[in-house]
Amino acid sequence: MRAPLKHPLRPVRGSEIRIEDKTLDLSLSPEYEAFRDQVAGLLQDNQQKAPTQADRGIKNQRRQDWQKWLIENGLAARTIPKEYGGYGAAPDILKSRIIAEEFARTGLPKGIANQGVSMLVPTLLELGTEEQKQAYIRPTLHGEMIWCQGYSEPGAGSDLASLTTKGEIDGDDYVINGQKIWTSTAKQADMIFCLVRTEPDAKKHHGISYLIFSMDTPGIEVRPLVDMTMNANFNEVFFTDVRVPRDQIVGAPGKGWQVANATLTHERGMLGDPNAAKTRLLAIADLMQKETINGERLIDNPVFRDRLVALQARVYAMQANGLRVMSNRIKGENAGMAGLIIKLQGCELNHELARLAIDAMGEFGLLYGDTPYLRDFGEWQAKYMYDLGLIIGGGTAQIQKNIISERGLGMPREPRPAAA
Amino acid sequence: MEFGLSDDQRMFQDSIKGYLESAAALDTVREIADGDRDKGGAMNAGIAELGVGQVLIPESHDGLGLGLLDAALIQEALGAAVAPVDHLATAMAIVGIEAAGTEAEKAEWLPKIASGDVRMGVAVTEHVGAREGAGINAASGQLSGKSLFAMEIRNATHILVADQSGALHIAKHGDAITRSPHLTIDRTRDLAELVFNAAPAVAVSGENRPGYSADRVVETGRLLLAADTLGAAQAMLDKAVDYARARKQFNRVIGSFQSVKHLCAEMAAHLEPARALVWHAAHAVDENMEDAAMMVCLAKSHLAEVGTFVARTSTEVHGGMGFTDLVGLHYWFKRIGANRQLLGGPEKVREDAARLQGWA
Repeated sequence: MRAPLKHPLRPVRGSEIRIEDKTLDLSLSPEYEAFRDQVAGLLQDNQQKAPTQADRGIKNQRRQDWQKWLIENGLAARTIPKEYGGYGAAPDILKSRIIAEEFARTGLPKGIANQGVSMLVPTLLELGTEEQKQAYIRPTLHGEMIWCQGYSEPGAGSDLASLTTKGEIDGDDYVINGQKIWTSTAKQADMIFCLVRTEPDAKKHHGISYLIFSMDTPGIEVRPLVDMTMNANFNEVFFTDVRVPRDQIVGAPGKGWQVANATLTHERGMLGDPNAAKTRLLAIADLMQKETINGERLIDNPVFRDRLVALQARVYAMQANGLRVMSNRIKGENAGMAGLIIKLQGCELNHELARLAIDAMGEFGLLYGDTPYLRDFGEWQAKYMYDLGLIIGGGTAQIQKNIISERGLGMPREPRPAAA
Repeated sequence: MEFGLSDDQRMFQDSIKGYLESAAALDTVREIADGDRDKGGAMNAGIAELGVGQVLIPESHDGLGLGLLDAALIQEALGAAVAPVDHLATAMAIVGIEAAGTEAEKAEWLPKIASGDVRMGVAVTEHVGAREGAGINAASGQLSGKSLFAMEIRNATHILVADQSGALHIAKHGDAITRSPHLTIDRTRDLAELVFNAAPAVAVSGENRPGYSADRVVETGRLLLAADTLGAAQAMLDKAVDYARARKQFNRVIGSFQSVKHLCAEMAAHLEPARALVWHAAHAVDENMEDAAMMVCLAKSHLAEVGTFVARTSTEVHGGMGFTDLVGLHYWFKRIGANRQLLGGPEKVREDAARLQGWA
């Protein structure tokens, strides 16, 4: 004798009620499996074209040739319209994912992902004029036009909207005076996209404009800022009476904050890429299986092995979280908390992965620079230090926690101090 | 491709949450944890009526024919309510019988479990690690020896037992089996030492890879423990946020202080990807993916770490009240603590993950 049924999904003998609408389905349709085979084949057949670590320099010919080949074959700039120099495919998040996975699997360098490609191009596509799109997108995608980002200032870091670099109207020009900092690739950059206060009487978020101009404009001085990696990954940029034509603006005057926020979203997505963490994990597992100390492989040390697996779990969690976010995007839904945590967790995870590689190598982990016994070009120390910069940059970890708690958990903002 | 829950899955989980909301109020949980057998039995019966015990049983044997992901969603809801009910052992036993049973054995046992006529406990701890001389010997249809930390035996009519070779047996709970309950931090869980004194048992005899089926039983338990922690930890985060938005000090709600907000953000930032990991690992088992066993180890060990962090941090956000019995937050703290140790702590489980991928 069976108890009476309460649950609507409980099977009644002979009934058809059951859960069949399973939406957790990681399998790909044959069309996508064929696409994966095609991408894998292309990369396999053309891997000799890929630049290596020896191909240094931002406008390295081999890198530019590789980028051109990637775009022609739909492996970079995939959804950018052909008329602007992209491949022109319809957006398909699954195909983009397959491409990213194949790059991660093969270890071949993926398409250029500098600030011009990742931040300026999406902004122009969304908010730029037709002339701006025609002039800038193609060379940017092909690595021929390098951009730098003029956002942060010595007095405007986390509180970016308090920036004071000013642009005063004089005839057909803005005349710009002020200083930017944390400007990566400013030395090599051809162009800058820059936030400038153009409406001094407006409230702080409403007085900013988004200007784009040549780094060759008279009055610009770039001073390298050497960081803890002992490289000048960043610069300070000084503007003294820099004249920029008034039509070199994206969006309307005073709307620069909204324009910039569109690109900051792109930057934060870029900084927490779980595929990058997966690549790094595989490289460390490889290193730990090759390197030996006293004839024992690093991975045979149970302490380091435990740390490796603990980090592996976090990498897999971030990957699964990424799939969830992507699934939401395909359906046009907001990913909510799953999206908000990516920058904070992804950057921290990358940092800890580098830490493990250094620790496992013992004294060899110290080597840095052109020196004997160096492993992996000293990249683990470089990454460990540079990643700390990424934890701070692009919205500090603390700002990320404010965003998570306020937008994700609905906690109240810090009360503003009463005006003096 | 899609990575999320279906409407049906959400509905199923919501119906269980809905039931627990009224049936498993903290006062009731307290009474059952303090030993109220009648209330414990009533809650078990209520949960069973929702079809919870049938999830993993194939439709051909009167079950729902669902997967481990669906079972995990149930367990998540149970963890969120710190519900003192049986589900873990039932699921583990079903998977064991499915993996090791002959067709005739499945046809004999699974419909009885589906109908509730047979209620399964499990005694498999020694398959993960034996100590204090524990271990079960099977000879001529009888089991002898002891098993520590056997699960959900109190209400069981039968017990699925892994012997020292890893082979599985079903013993009827009776005179030849002595049960001594363990007192642990987590009184919402039924854990006991069992002594088998030539207890009659039948072998689950379709096994052709020694230990394989016992591994599947442990794997099921580990994934469900991870899901239980996920639910309990999410509940602790929700409680911390609610408390921080209500409690005032220095003329402000404490949730407006960044020091408190950041603790909550850290809990959320760790927990949200952990949720996707549990789903992914359960799905990997359901789809029989190559790395399913390894994924489950990653989920179990990772949720142990994240759960521990959330448990202590949520308690801290609650200030002194989090430390009291009155508020009762400790029921979640202790449930997460038990889930961490059961069927292998994180270090042990990570070692298993390393072995499964040739790293150890």
